[in-house]
Amino acid sequence: MTGSIITVKNVCKRFKKVEALVDVSLEAKPGEVLFIFGPSGGGKSTLLRCINQLEKVDEGEIIVDGIRVTDHGADLDTLRAEVGMVFQLFNLFPHLTVLQNISIAQERVRKWPKAQANETAHKLLERVGLPEKSEAYPHQLSGGQKQRVAIARALAMNPKIMLFDEPTSALDAEMIREVLDVMVDLAREGMTMMVVSHEMGFAKAAADRMVFLANGRVVEEGTVEQIYQNPKEARTKAFLDQILY
Amino acid sequence: MPDSNPTIEKASERKIPGLFPTAARLKTLPWWALVVLLLGISLVYAITSIPSYQDAFEFIAPGLRVTFIASVSAFGIALVIGLVVGLGRISSNVVAYNLATFYVEVVRGIPMIVIIIYVAFVLVPIVVGGMNGLGHLILSTPWLAFLHGMGENLYSMSVQDIDSMARAIAGLAFGFGAYEAEVFRAGIQSIEKGQMEAARSLGMSYFQAMRHVILPQAIRVILPPLGNDFIAMLKDSSLISVLAVRDLTQLGKLNRSRTFRTFETWNTVTYLYLSMTLLGSMAVKWLERKFKSGDR
Repeated sequence: MTGSIITVKNVCKRFKKVEALVDVSLEAKPGEVLFIFGPSGGGKSTLLRCINQLEKVDEGEIIVDGIRVTDHGADLDTLRAEVGMVFQLFNLFPHLTVLQNISIAQERVRKWPKAQANETAHKLLERVGLPEKSEAYPHQLSGGQKQRVAIARALAMNPKIMLFDEPTSALDAEMIREVLDVMVDLAREGMTMMVVSHEMGFAKAAADRMVFLANGRVVEEGTVEQIYQNPKEARTKAFLDQILY
Repeated sequence: MPDSNPTIEKASERKIPGLFPTAARLKTLPWWALVVLLLGISLVYAITSIPSYQDAFEFIAPGLRVTFIASVSAFGIALVIGLVVGLGRISSNVVAYNLATFYVEVVRGIPMIVIIIYVAFVLVPIVVGGMNGLGHLILSTPWLAFLHGMGENLYSMSVQDIDSMARAIAGLAFGFGAYEAEVFRAGIQSIEKGQMEAARSLGMSYFQAMRHVILPQAIRVILPPLGNDFIAMLKDSSLISVLAVRDLTQLGKLNRSRTFRTFETWNTVTYLYLSMTLLGSMAVKWLERKFKSGDR
């Protein structure tokens, strides 16, 4: 287990009678990009949400950056500050400007002075290609721009890990690329990432390993080439045949 | 959105029959407001020129101040109760949730006048008794010697020290707190769950997320019903006259028994309440429009 920044051990999660996760175990090393895919309802999002404890697990344990987050009384605020999360529906704060969206957590959680927070925010906006949008409100942005701001907002906390929960699923086709570009750059810079997505192009470009999750179980995991060219499980092959045109 | 409005207005104008445009416009005038205005003017005339009305007005008018002060202070306290209890109503903590729900369900099931009487003559004595007990405890505990000054004050507190105005405010606040709690709860719940999740996933605590992300958005939903509740408070504050607080209603009762001029008395009281509530609802409408135009 040494050397892993995320360790998921025998995790089970039920929603009433639905088994969302069944005995799931996974590991990610620092700098690794894990691509998690599979049919909808397979437990992909639930797994991500368990890692930063937006959902509690029923059984098993999750260790993130040395903190056993599944322990009762674990310091979740500190954990979450180190784990950035990007949501399918962006979840930007509509009452704040783009700049405020990015700087609010730095000021309130990190207690950095406003000037420093704004400087970081401007740098990040530059990095995601939206330097001119700092004073705009979220409703004035396109979907792709919103998601790039959401990525900048998560990065502002200087996290060690980034979780992406279907970041491009709510986007029009022509906006997917601009978001994926930002994510690929991030992966190349050495960020540890867990990405739940259907964008196989991203997996090819940036993922170190792929994990196929179905019915709450890890059906198969391996390198990108291995999963693509030589899937061991029939379910994986069937799923890939369905989504690859 | 604003550029689509002119076309809608044109469409609706066309519906009005062209032959009698004036008649159509007359139909839409706020006649009720005109009647209110005329009644108001005639009452102002009566108060300034008819001695019996003048006398009634001079006797009753100081009640305006009492009614207003009681309403504003009780509403302020009710807002604090409402926010705390409203958060309890959506809390995942079993104790907080059940305490909050108990309060809301029980208080909303009791007539306001009974709540006011109950608080004034049951809860206030219970609290004073509790304070006496606490004072006694402090005085009889040697290592609390440094608190003896406070202990003596608490021990010597008596029910008579709490005047009827204070009890009236406590009663109104206690009663309205339950309704305001539901306003806060509904407002907070109207904000998408993703907002709280996004704030928490950035490392904010629950209360930071509430204060900086959820409440600033919820306030637009909450403000109009709060305004309406304040107007309701202005009216329901008349109930504190049962505690002999000299508000508008109580002074009306006193004036009637002093002068036996029933019409003058209650016309004046009604007029004074209406001027407050109608002005209040105008202010609420203005607030509502202001918040809607700032819609993002």
